[in-house]
Amino acid sequence: MTKELIKGNTAVAEAALRAGLEAYFGYPITPQTELLEHLSARMPELGRAFVQAESELGAINMVYGAACTGKRVMTSSSSPGVSLMMEGLSYIAGTEVPMVLVDVVRGGPGLGNIAPAQGDYNQIVHGGGHGDYRLIVLAPASVQEAVDLTALAFDLAEKYRTITTIMMDGSIGQMMEPAELPPFQPLKEEIPAWAVRGAKDGEKRVLTSINLDPPTQEVMNLRLMTTWQKIEANEVRWKGYHLDDAEYVVVGFGTAGRIALSAVRAAREQGIKVGLLRPITLAPFPAEILDELTEKVKAFLVVEMNTGQMLEDVRLAVRGRKPVEFFGRMGGVVPFPDEVLTEIRRLATEPQTTAGHPRDRWLARLTETIG
Amino acid sequence: MTLTDVPAKVVYSRPDSLECRGTHYCPGCTHGIAHRLVAEVLDEMGIVEDTIGVASVGCSVFAYNYFNVDFVEAAHGRAPAMATGIKRVYPDHIVFTYQGDGDLASIGMGEIVGAASRGEKITVIFINNANYGMTGGQMAPTTLPGQKTTSSPTGRDVARQGYPIQTAELLSTLEGAAYVVRRSLHNNREVRRAKQAIRTAFEVQKAGLGFSLVELLSTCPTNWGMTPVEAREWVEERMLPFYPLGDYKISSAVAEWMK
Amino acid sequence: MQQEVIIAGFGGQGVLFAGRLLAYTAMEVGKAVTWIPSYGPEMRGGTANCTVVISDEEIGSPFVKNPTAVIAMNKPSLDKFEQLVAPGGVLVVNSSMIDRPVERTDIHVVSLPANEIAEALGSSRSVNMVVVGALLGNLDLLPMEAVEKALEAHTPERHKRFLKGNVEALHKGAEHRVAEKV
Repeated sequence: MTKELIKGNTAVAEAALRAGLEAYFGYPITPQTELLEHLSARMPELGRAFVQAESELGAINMVYGAACTGKRVMTSSSSPGVSLMMEGLSYIAGTEVPMVLVDVVRGGPGLGNIAPAQGDYNQIVHGGGHGDYRLIVLAPASVQEAVDLTALAFDLAEKYRTITTIMMDGSIGQMMEPAELPPFQPLKEEIPAWAVRGAKDGEKRVLTSINLDPPTQEVMNLRLMTTWQKIEANEVRWKGYHLDDAEYVVVGFGTAGRIALSAVRAAREQGIKVGLLRPITLAPFPAEILDELTEKVKAFLVVEMNTGQMLEDVRLAVRGRKPVEFFGRMGGVVPFPDEVLTEIRRLATEPQTTAGHPRDRWLARLTETIG
Repeated sequence: MTLTDVPAKVVYSRPDSLECRGTHYCPGCTHGIAHRLVAEVLDEMGIVEDTIGVASVGCSVFAYNYFNVDFVEAAHGRAPAMATGIKRVYPDHIVFTYQGDGDLASIGMGEIVGAASRGEKITVIFINNANYGMTGGQMAPTTLPGQKTTSSPTGRDVARQGYPIQTAELLSTLEGAAYVVRRSLHNNREVRRAKQAIRTAFEVQKAGLGFSLVELLSTCPTNWGMTPVEAREWVEERMLPFYPLGDYKISSAVAEWMK
Repeated sequence: MQQEVIIAGFGGQGVLFAGRLLAYTAMEVGKAVTWIPSYGPEMRGGTANCTVVISDEEIGSPFVKNPTAVIAMNKPSLDKFEQLVAPGGVLVVNSSMIDRPVERTDIHVVSLPANEIAEALGSSRSVNMVVVGALLGNLDLLPMEAVEKALEAHTPERHKRFLKGNVEALHKGAEHRVAEKV
């Protein structure tokens, strides 16, 4: 296979198609729209289902219906649209049917803007919809990784009968990079036993998220949690850079992670022994490697395009044993590597503390910058 | 001749596609009649094994308990979207939603208009009983002017609370809607007509002619505070003038097919 | 080794395609590359720009504060990016659209009337290729032959009639050498 120069949104769409996507339902929203546009042409060409829905509410509930057939189904949107989908996501989680959601996050809250952001970490990783459920969250940092994680997303969704979200930001959606697209997978022939298909064999199937009897609901909640434990045990993914001899570790995901990589390289050139941990699964969170690193390194720096949301997960893993500092830009402002480099230098040269909250210190510094 | 001299003959039984179980609907409620009519049609058309139902949120939330067909349960108002998802994956299957008025005409108005305008090849059974039954009789989008409910205790005041929505009329304006009619379940003659309409609606779907919807005027004796008989009279006297029965949309393709 | 180029101008000046051409070429000569446009309301008629990063290793940030090269195709672009070019870098200025001199003295400035050059070639749509050529003539970024090859490969069938003019424009631009290649 040869590489082609391809936009992130288009690449994910094509990768999903090649992974055997049988039905797509979506609604236009920037900066995700190329994904929908690509599939609007490609899905009908291949005789597969594509509907531009009346709203994101419509789209996610079309996905819900199609997911109940056990086929590979997907929707994509961006922050405000995903907020509208939260109802459906909760129902889908409660019915234990697999689906893939692509969220190309933009600046917010509210209408916000269409620039790249990571402000929806808490919404996606820590909830969003009502009820007690979790979903797998994959955070690619490049077009190739987005392609690779798309096929994985479908596999994981089916394996665990869960929602898998690919959380990107506008820049990965809009960016072109060389990527190798996978070969076409044949469409799934086997229909899962639980999927509706017409009661041909005299056995009727009902898919619902209603459990009026609390003890029955509790059993269901327990099943979801047991499944989640398996996911936590088996599906954590991350990528490390220069961690072997690192005295300091930057933690960042997606675009913030790759921006931090530039800063880490620059810091290395200045003789600072710093590495990068880039979580690829935000849920399940790579807590174990953070635990190991805590034993080895002097301090951490978390870099995000938000006000410090993953920061709290890092702090939970580090548990106050080593200083954790934070740097973020918000609202669609993307940090440049030199800003991160300044923070790394501060980490390596100034005394660090485990007292107080890193967000407070960051805010104090940031208000000097952006007032 | 005594009665025992007449050979026994079964003239009435439960349709195969209805499960044998007790009902959770209130005495005198016409949901049961609507369920039975749908089941009879599925039996007669021989499509039970090809049918997937979509239940909604309201009194009919448990519709899936009564039908011997594969069923999914939608979020409030979203049944037409869910049905769309299933139908697009299984275009040769019969997919129907069963929705009440709060579900379809209030919270789900976007989804029903979207599905109808796309000409989605699904069948919608729409129960209009002029109030929110499951939650205890609040004002619905179909509640009549002046009608007292638990959330319009002095009667629906159109100056403050607006007017009821005439769903069949509204959807009939959409090009994608192929067959949209209103029937009633308040007497035997209308029940028979309702069944014919339900049959036609499913046939329209089977023939791939587009979106079909049967609005059924229904009773809610419990929340209306009436006996079943009074409730039927109320449908005739109060609902029929505001919700005239009739065929609101017969597309040319459906008209051609009906010949 | 990593180099970064920002190409900026009005929408319609072929800014995004000029960037993509560099990205295609970089990919085809086996380098890592990112191309990222400014996207949003400004792409409807206002100024547009894209950032191309070309590297021998996995690229970190696709966003660059101080690029090694900038092509400014109009005055707002020069105003926005002049001060950001890395010291010692290259700034290509389309003097046809810009009526002020460049202030920086610590960078290599390549100023040329790209619109007039393109028109003289009978190929007024090739302004973007003139300035890309000027960049390639003054910065050791990518081999000209590879750029030509990529241009041919990525010119859609309906635009093939412009190919010859575009190639000429690339070469004409490259003749504007200010000094030794950076």
